[in-house]
Amino acid sequence: MVLPDTLLFAMEAALNGLLSGVMYALVALGFVLIFKASGIFNYAQGVMALFAALTLVGIQQGQVPFADLIHALTGVEMHGFGWTLPAVVAIVLTGIVMIGMAMVIETLILKHLVNQPPIILFMATIGLAYFLEGLGDTMWGSDIKAMDVGLPQGITGWIDESTNSLFGYGFYVDQLNIVAMVVAAILVTALTLFSQYSKQGRALRAVADDHQAALSVGISLRFIWVLVWSIAGFVALVAGIMWGAKSGVQFSLSLIALKALPVLMLGGFTSIPGAIVGGLIIGVGEQLFEFFVGPLVGGATENWFAYVLALLFLVFRPQGLFGEKIIERV
Amino acid sequence: MKKTLTTLTLAAGLLAGVPAMADLVMPSLSYRTGPYAANGIPFADAYADYFTLLNERDGGIGGEKIKLVECETGYNTEKGVECYESTKGTGALLYQPLSTGITYQLIPKVTADGIPMLTSGLGRTSAADGKVFKWVFNFPANYWDGASIMVKYLLSENNDSLKGKKIALLYHNSAYGKEPIRTLQDLSKKYGFKLSLIPIDAPGQEQKSQWLQVRRERPDYVLFWGWGVMNPVAIQEAANIRFPMDHFIGIWWSGSENDVKPAGAGANGYKALTFSGVGDGFPIYGDLKKYVYDAGKAAGAGDQHGTILYNRGLYAAMLTAEAAKKAQELSGHARITPAEMRDGMEALNVTEDLMAKDGMPKFGPAFQVTCANHGGSGQAQVMQWDAKAAKWNVITDWIQSDSSVIQPLIDADAAAFAKENNITPRDCK
Repeated sequence: MVLPDTLLFAMEAALNGLLSGVMYALVALGFVLIFKASGIFNYAQGVMALFAALTLVGIQQGQVPFADLIHALTGVEMHGFGWTLPAVVAIVLTGIVMIGMAMVIETLILKHLVNQPPIILFMATIGLAYFLEGLGDTMWGSDIKAMDVGLPQGITGWIDESTNSLFGYGFYVDQLNIVAMVVAAILVTALTLFSQYSKQGRALRAVADDHQAALSVGISLRFIWVLVWSIAGFVALVAGIMWGAKSGVQFSLSLIALKALPVLMLGGFTSIPGAIVGGLIIGVGEQLFEFFVGPLVGGATENWFAYVLALLFLVFRPQGLFGEKIIERV
Repeated sequence: MKKTLTTLTLAAGLLAGVPAMADLVMPSLSYRTGPYAANGIPFADAYADYFTLLNERDGGIGGEKIKLVECETGYNTEKGVECYESTKGTGALLYQPLSTGITYQLIPKVTADGIPMLTSGLGRTSAADGKVFKWVFNFPANYWDGASIMVKYLLSENNDSLKGKKIALLYHNSAYGKEPIRTLQDLSKKYGFKLSLIPIDAPGQEQKSQWLQVRRERPDYVLFWGWGVMNPVAIQEAANIRFPMDHFIGIWWSGSENDVKPAGAGANGYKALTFSGVGDGFPIYGDLKKYVYDAGKAAGAGDQHGTILYNRGLYAAMLTAEAAKKAQELSGHARITPAEMRDGMEALNVTEDLMAKDGMPKFGPAFQVTCANHGGSGQAQVMQWDAKAAKWNVITDWIQSDSSVIQPLIDADAAAFAKENNITPRDCK
């Protein structure tokens, strides 16, 4: 099949945009989970991804947490436990750490802020973000670490070959993005099943609808918050693994939250499918805009165009594509 | 009485934190936190360790102890300016902000305050013109030198001809990343290669569209001006699309262990420029071990020794110390002022012998600073990453930039700056 080069390149850009969108959606999911369950916009979600990734690498490589601090205070040099754990074990252990973190956050912050206005809770998460940044650095050091959990990277051979035989031009698709797509699909399915069919999931939805009413029927708000922050911590871990594999585990990983904001604006803060669809639209939109318009305006349009696209959607649908329309009667 | 005692104690405490005016005060506008901490830490550690070595081994410089005043900028320009304002009153002799953004903000300030600033391999390129930029220095090389050196290296790899070749510049979409564009445009006309410009917005974690463009355009070489997370992502993406890594060359800020290690074996063969020594095989490391590391006086975690950016910090500190020695020699006294430090910098002559005497033989290029030339010799080497051995190897001798292209650009930019700021260029005869 002979297609014009521009069309082929645009198709390749769109395909890559879709897959990049999945990566954005992975980050956005964590925001949605917490916002849906507690009405909190969790400013710390990006830092949680960084913290989870740092912890994963630290545990896997047998790094001693707080080694520099221990050295500075006591003079004792600790060079690590001397093990390299299998990735699965390290992921499970990191998951446990994230659950522990959720419990600490609930105990030290959230339970004291019940019934406070959302802005107060938002401010608390800003404080949490900065604290976690410092804690991550102090625990694991600020050097850049390689994420080595066996994720494949590089061109996907079968897509390259099949598109080459079909169009005479092989499309480039990163294997990591294919993995991210599969992981996102599993994650969304599991979250949907959990929230629709499990007791805790229904309790979670009840709390999301009305805290007071949920409390009145005996649902433990504290348990639900620990649960939802644990799940968000796990989602942050998944996002941290995927993005960490691209860039190494380093402070900038926390900035992936910037990629999630337009996705949330577009998909809505309360919808899990919205996060996915929003991610896909943003991903494709920014890639195609960069492909067609980028060269005319000097390039590097992705960052700002994602926000422009999200703003356009906001003008016509303020609650986002899948967000709930809030009607307050006075 | 109790109140008076408390006040006195507090005052004594405060004074203890302020260096005695007899010390040679060297501020360090470091960044140990924030998105660029991984790059800021080794530089700051080395800068501190070198001065600790001089204090411990030699009793300072010319008998005067060196006092390092470190201020955390987080690589944030506003914080950098705050650090400058808060430290300039301590008797600061020289500023070295490892940030082009902070440098641009400090140029008018150091000029007004009469404190010299050294921005090796960064900042405003035309600061090499000492007639206009009396207080700013950027030796031994600047970004335009870097662009020219890359092209000269490519010429040497292609039988002195780049005619018909396609070269892409992949760059940080900022003042820093845009610096080499004009030089490369002039060089593309001179040598007949086709230049393609591909910007990446900071921070640069997502570069899919840029690398798809590289894949479509199939340039023969990609030159790279990145910083921070942009670097490892670019190297990983290049490996992903199977771009030949030995045709991918970074500027000196895109060539540290932090940039290549995350990509693992995929980074093998990646090249970058350097103007400071590579590895820890220099005699100075013996002294550092004896007087600093083993004495428990190393800055930071002590885990950066021998890395590219640690060595760059050592080099920056060595140049500072040599300029201070020259200033003491010229002024005839040890307690130099910032103005005398500037004179020392302008008379600096970094020879092979001098570097060898400092335990850093061939650590940087030999160069001489003059009243008119604050930019040094404009030389750098090309190094290549060996992923298996996890180390950089220098693969060329010092390459001299093409001054016939660069000097007119420096003259024009400096003249424009002088006109905008009502500066009458000095007479350097």
